[in-house]
Amino acid sequence: MAKDEQKILDDITSSDYKYGFITDIETEYAPIGLNEDTVRFISAKKKEPEWLLEFRLKAFKRWQGMEQPDWAHLKIPPIDFQDIIYYAAPKKKKELESLDQVDPELLDTFNKLGISLEEQKKLSGVAVDAVIDSVSVKTTFSDTLAKLGIVFMSFSEAVLQHPDLIKKYLGKAVPSGDNFFSTLNDAVFSDGSFCYIPKGVRCPVELSTYFRINAANTGQFERTLIIADEGAYVSYLEGCTAPQRDENQLHAAVVEILTMKDAEVKYSTVQNWYPGNKEGKGGIFNFVTKRGICKGDHSKISWTQVETGSAITWKYPSCVLAGDNSIGEFYSVAVTNNYQQADTGSKMIHLGKNTKSTIISKGISAGKSHNSYRGLVKMTKNATNSRNFSQCDSLLLGDRCGAHTFPYIEGQNSSSVIEHEATTSKISEDQLFYCQQRGISQDSAVGLIVNGYAKEVLKQLPMEFAVEAQKLLSISLEGSVG
Amino acid sequence: MLLNIKDLHVSINGKEILKGVNLEINKGEVHAIMGPNGTGKSTLAAIVAGKDGYDISQGEITFNGKSIMDMAPEVRAQEGIFLGFQYPVEIPGVSITNFMRTSLNEIRKYHGQEPLSAGEFLKKMSEKQKLVEITSKLKNRSVNEGFSGGEKKKNEIFQMAMLEPQLAILDETDSGLDIDALRIVANGVNKLKTNDNATIVITHYQRLLDYIVPDYVHILFDGKIVMTGGKELALELEEKGYEWIKEKVNG
Repeated sequence: MAKDEQKILDDITSSDYKYGFITDIETEYAPIGLNEDTVRFISAKKKEPEWLLEFRLKAFKRWQGMEQPDWAHLKIPPIDFQDIIYYAAPKKKKELESLDQVDPELLDTFNKLGISLEEQKKLSGVAVDAVIDSVSVKTTFSDTLAKLGIVFMSFSEAVLQHPDLIKKYLGKAVPSGDNFFSTLNDAVFSDGSFCYIPKGVRCPVELSTYFRINAANTGQFERTLIIADEGAYVSYLEGCTAPQRDENQLHAAVVEILTMKDAEVKYSTVQNWYPGNKEGKGGIFNFVTKRGICKGDHSKISWTQVETGSAITWKYPSCVLAGDNSIGEFYSVAVTNNYQQADTGSKMIHLGKNTKSTIISKGISAGKSHNSYRGLVKMTKNATNSRNFSQCDSLLLGDRCGAHTFPYIEGQNSSSVIEHEATTSKISEDQLFYCQQRGISQDSAVGLIVNGYAKEVLKQLPMEFAVEAQKLLSISLEGSVG
Repeated sequence: MLLNIKDLHVSINGKEILKGVNLEINKGEVHAIMGPNGTGKSTLAAIVAGKDGYDISQGEITFNGKSIMDMAPEVRAQEGIFLGFQYPVEIPGVSITNFMRTSLNEIRKYHGQEPLSAGEFLKKMSEKQKLVEITSKLKNRSVNEGFSGGEKKKNEIFQMAMLEPQLAILDETDSGLDIDALRIVANGVNKLKTNDNATIVITHYQRLLDYIVPDYVHILFDGKIVMTGGKELALELEEKGYEWIKEKVNG
């Protein structure tokens, strides 16, 4: 009898333990730390189907057996993965009454970037005038897209509304287990964008997260998936020039792009996460995996990035050129100042015939920072008659910073052509004095010269982004000379 | 008085280059400064323009009555001082249009003026281009990138025409120019002359002064202005050479 009672007690207490965690579903945060229950918690919060929970759990198990890579040219302080909160419910930003309550340094940057007053209010959480009805703007926008059959919504919403599409394409560009950080993302990803462009449709507007309905605080493990079906086209913008702070230091996002026959995706990023202070304390770690597969013949994926923020940037937006005659492009300006570090570049994997890739990388180092380009151009045996052109340039401002280049080339057939050019330069005092003698202040002169240097990359950006990016480059390098 | 340099002593790395230079420039005047190599002509130009790296141990420089000794180079430019460089530097990726527009608008801002609209600016550019016979293809190129010596010098005068400075210092503007280019450059400078501005022409050769006729010729020798005269002085110098100056100074 006692034994039975004991058994019942055991059952009850153990089942409490098993389920008690999940009934806490109403709370705003997952308990700190990472274990299988955390993963289940996240999935349950999002009401995900069983197969997606399985995807997460499998990835988590895999991740537990992986080690953080240490081959990059970066000094990364040890990360305590148990000291992170892996889920925070989307919360309303605390509303401020007016711009007077916002950090003046932040406002100064907004002004320099030419961000309108209304936009500044929105970005700093000040209540927006009722005159601007942002909801109706967004609604009109999404109606236009819906008529064309374009799906553009948050990843979490897409899981619920278009599970078939997610199931079909998730993990196809970045398979689970690809690398330590992407696998972590597979287990605990929070939210991001999902975009599907149907056959033959050309998306009429640039898609950006601003217009994504119910854009929540995506947090640190963003997950984005973009599919362009046959003959489709879309230009997507990620990020914004306004400085972004985040309580979470580790950002490990995953972006997957797939293009079918004759399709094209243009993906532009402007990244200005908090870079840490002038002494190198604090700052975001941006460890991102971005990969596009040109599945169909004659398809094209181009990545353009302007990276000025984050304490440590570690990413290689890449293209796998599977379809014959497909094209991959990578244009990058990466700025490091003070104590920032970057190890970034691209991988172009040529599988199909007559495939083409272009890599233009402009690194700018200032202060005591270190900026590394790392690239891989691989021509496999069957990628006959293919071509790559890579140019990586480094610009050094001052004599305490470093620029490093690690190009890898693998040519496995004899009919392909791989070209690599590299330059290293600095802004000479003569150039600065020449500008000053024409009435241009030293900081403006640096901005002018640096923008001239980065021109080839900046002109790839959609226009409004390009204008903001130019200002951003100038601001990131203020005070870096003299 | 537009520019007044009083007892200027300048050293570089402990070596004294200018040993007490005195110079007065008034509005409406053209002054030529001649002298042998290494005598400090370019140093004088650089000091007035505000270049770093020199040690000014003594002396005073005033422009329109204001001391400019503590003014940053860009402020001196905004005040109206222009230096036509001897070796204009290249700035890849920065178009002349963008460069000039930034420059012009910064100077206008200093004087409380509104920036020029894109239309007004382009109009001004094509107007001034004609002055130095620059073809329109040139303006889309990066500043001085791939320019021949002559093109670089013409570009300096073009910029001078755009910025309309009160005081223009032309440092060996004639070096590297063929006779046609020389004529074009000189023509441009002459057309820009007004009663309110002044020009300092630094040169080795008398030839330029046939085209840009000076009101005063100064001879800078061993860090000091040792002789001042009219335009005939330049002819006498060409005839007699720097040995003549040396003797006059020492004897």
